[in-house]
Amino acid sequence: MAPAIVVDDLRKSYGAVEALRGVSFEVAEGEVFGLLGPNGAGKTTTVEILEGYRPRDGGAASVLGHDPGQAPRALRERVGVVLQQSELSAFLTVRETHALYAGYYARPRDVDEVIELVGLTEKRDARVKTLSGGQKRRLDLGIALVGNPDLVFLDEPTTGFDPAARRAAWEMIRALRSLGTTILLTTHYLDEAQQLADRVAVLRRGEIVRIGTPAELIGDSALTEIRYRRGGEVVSVETREPTRVLHELSSEALASGEELEGLEVRRPSLEDVYLELVGEEDAE
Amino acid sequence: MSALVHQLRFEQKVFWRSREAAVFVFIFPLLLYALLGSVYGDEIDGEAATDVLLAGLFGYGAANTAFAGLAITLVTRRESGVLKRLRATPLQPTTYLAAVLLSTLVTFALQAVALLALGGLAFDASMPENPLGFAGAIVLGVACFAGLGVGATSLIRSAEGVSAVVNVVVLPMAFLSGSFGPTQDFPAVLQAIADVLPLTYFLRIVNGVYLEGDSVFADPTALLVVLAWGAAGVAIALRRFGWMPRER
Repeated sequence: MAPAIVVDDLRKSYGAVEALRGVSFEVAEGEVFGLLGPNGAGKTTTVEILEGYRPRDGGAASVLGHDPGQAPRALRERVGVVLQQSELSAFLTVRETHALYAGYYARPRDVDEVIELVGLTEKRDARVKTLSGGQKRRLDLGIALVGNPDLVFLDEPTTGFDPAARRAAWEMIRALRSLGTTILLTTHYLDEAQQLADRVAVLRRGEIVRIGTPAELIGDSALTEIRYRRGGEVVSVETREPTRVLHELSSEALASGEELEGLEVRRPSLEDVYLELVGEEDAE
Repeated sequence: MSALVHQLRFEQKVFWRSREAAVFVFIFPLLLYALLGSVYGDEIDGEAATDVLLAGLFGYGAANTAFAGLAITLVTRRESGVLKRLRATPLQPTTYLAAVLLSTLVTFALQAVALLALGGLAFDASMPENPLGFAGAIVLGVACFAGLGVGATSLIRSAEGVSAVVNVVVLPMAFLSGSFGPTQDFPAVLQAIADVLPLTYFLRIVNGVYLEGDSVFADPTALLVVLAWGAAGVAIALRRFGWMPRER
């Protein structure tokens, strides 16, 4: 199967600022691919080039076999987008908004089915202006899906959600994935990437610093953290040789008859790896 | 074609449901006509005052609906990301703009009919001497001022300022061009300004078709000036029109 997205040495500058400095990755058909990074790392620039909104300065990009720089209609038929910030007409109802967008596509999904999928059935006859922030984001997702896309771009789909709304959004994205839709997701929530993405690319200052499954990224880190309490204070040791360090610590403790209170041996989380990769100061 | 009708239907639905826009664009010229029609005397320059004012407010309505209303709609949609969102769909940009312009034409045509109805019922105003020419003036007015409207859209950067900017243009223009009453006693400098404004020439055409029964083509100079202004707006739009929000 040909990959849904191929990006090779993608470059983009805004004036003197190099937003993308040679970004390369591939997204397989049916895959959920996460672009992770702090603000200004180049996530949205990458996605907007692939959506056809921005021209690239250099490198190659292919989306479903098309050049996104041309954004031909055949491509737009097969792609759904959820933008970071966008509003819809306040005066149409949820159902009318879906029907409006469905009318733009040659083979749209059933409108009521989509409304059901994004959990807005109870609000179907409500005007957009009466929806809550979370409901509006679900409407954004609904109109991204109503054209029955093979590929969906989700640019920070859950930013500003409360925890329950985020869980609900994750369920929707999983449901979408199970339908075979390829998804390119940007997020700065690590748990979101870990929960949803098959593979993750970490961007930092316009470059990909690591790419792989969440498990691979965590596995890449050689560091293990050993924590215990001594005299009520937490002692934390990071080491590449956990066996030796633990042996020394426990030998000492046994010899002096002390207990290593609250002993923990912890593999790093994706968050630790992320902070290690992007640097604390870049991660806000 | 069906895509155009689909979009046009929704454009009209959105317009009539957005009460502020509908009141400002549709009701305001009617309200001004009712007010001015009540205070002016019987005659202006030998014509019935209600007729002269009807023609004047028809011109103001064209500028208000097609220039101000359209610019406000498009700038707001651009800055709120509606246009950006649309660009990602298979809807052709030309189809979208055609639907928006047709919707403007429908709105202004209804407004023109409402002006005639109000004039006929409340002030005993004349009905158009040349109905076909009157219909032609509706199309001409929308063509000219909508061209200027999309041109202005391309120059205005923020959604906050757009109503103020377009009204600073439209209201003085209407006043100077004689939409609200005769201008022959105005100082020469104001009359000189009026001599380059599109609404001045559009009103000449409207007076011709409405009061004299002329065709839209009877005054070629006026027609040319009106079309040139519209073309200038389109030329700016072709160079500068954008779908992405300007402010972030």
